[in-house]
Amino acid sequence: MAKQVQVKTLKINGVDVGGRGDQTILQVAREHDIEMPTLCHIEGLSDVGACRLCLVEVKGINKLIPSCTTLVEEGMEVTTNSERLAKYRKMVLELLFAERNHICSVCVSNGHCDLQDLARLLGVTHVRYPYRYPRLSVDASHQRFVLDQNRCILCTRCVRVCDEIEGAHTWDVMGRGIEAKVITDLNQPWGSSETCTSCGKCVQVCPTGALSEKGKSVAEMSKRRQFLPYLTTMREERE
Amino acid sequence: MKKIKFATVWLDGCSGCHMSFLDIDEKLLDLAGKIDVVYSPLVDNKTFPGDVDLTLVEGAVSSDEDLEKIRSIRTRTKLLVALGDCAVTGNIPSMRNQFGMNAVLRRAYVENKTIGGKIPNVNLPTLLPEVRPVHELVRVDHFLPGCPPPAEVIEYLIDELLAGRTPDPERRTRFGL
Repeated sequence: MAKQVQVKTLKINGVDVGGRGDQTILQVAREHDIEMPTLCHIEGLSDVGACRLCLVEVKGINKLIPSCTTLVEEGMEVTTNSERLAKYRKMVLELLFAERNHICSVCVSNGHCDLQDLARLLGVTHVRYPYRYPRLSVDASHQRFVLDQNRCILCTRCVRVCDEIEGAHTWDVMGRGIEAKVITDLNQPWGSSETCTSCGKCVQVCPTGALSEKGKSVAEMSKRRQFLPYLTTMREERE
Repeated sequence: MKKIKFATVWLDGCSGCHMSFLDIDEKLLDLAGKIDVVYSPLVDNKTFPGDVDLTLVEGAVSSDEDLEKIRSIRTRTKLLVALGDCAVTGNIPSMRNQFGMNAVLRRAYVENKTIGGKIPNVNLPTLLPEVRPVHELVRVDHFLPGCPPPAEVIEYLIDELLAGRTPDPERRTRFGL
């Protein structure tokens, strides 16, 4: 028997909308053509609320709420665009740029990068925080792919696609705060990973140049993401 | 119409931003009627004059000379524009920051030497320990990212500033480009 789902009615930007009780604010908003910026979210994978770009205001709650991980509730009044939100979204992007070495001009993903695109979209013309310029590693031990920690924003799309779609769970995150980084297996070189199937899904979902195919030069790494909605739809249909 | 005093400066960059500026081609002729280029790598003036109206700065701040220059220029120009990614973000020059200045100099002049093998230090500006974007050191009025910013966006910015408007280059260029 199909699970009973309740319909919730709420307001987004003053417009009455309806959604199922198991849907997130982001899902319901997008179904109604209400756009908001996202970065760690990707259609077909679970959501973790890592990037904080989809933050929204909800009436009666003082703090900002990530719309990708918050389920809709009856009577909610959501605002997806305001000066306050624009301010925090810009701040989030600037902190991402300041945290590692995102040198767009010499990046494999220049021109095909979600971070770079969002900076333009949200009007980030410069970074107000001091750049950290940390010294980070590049792992080119895999036969076909490269991991460049300089460009990683810790969105964990690679971790999720590897676990949820490929079923290998090669990727994970180690360390805390500023020390956090994505690793393969138990923090060993990617090329020596015993679990990696070399399927390349992680590379294709990566929003920046952190994961790329070998042999790609500056601005050559455009990602092919068509497989993800296709695979998830096929699996849902089979269930 | 009185011509405004216009300057461009070349700090630690590749001159690509200046090339992009020259790429506005025949529009340089219109511009020449509105601006008086008082200081620039493109003209033969060795000292930065006072009371400049608009200065475009290309390049990051990498040496004691860059730092001295940009501080003095800031006091002599009404508007300062960070032109291009090196000025705005540090860009490629800043890639040495993660290794440290000494390691980079050693690598270039000692480890990879073919003859000699001495780090040059006579009659040269001293490198700063870290390359920084311009706005971390002096106040910047407008930012034009891009490597380089497209010619038409540089033209747009200058036109807007000449007309007394605030340019809004946000959607027209981006980091990297």
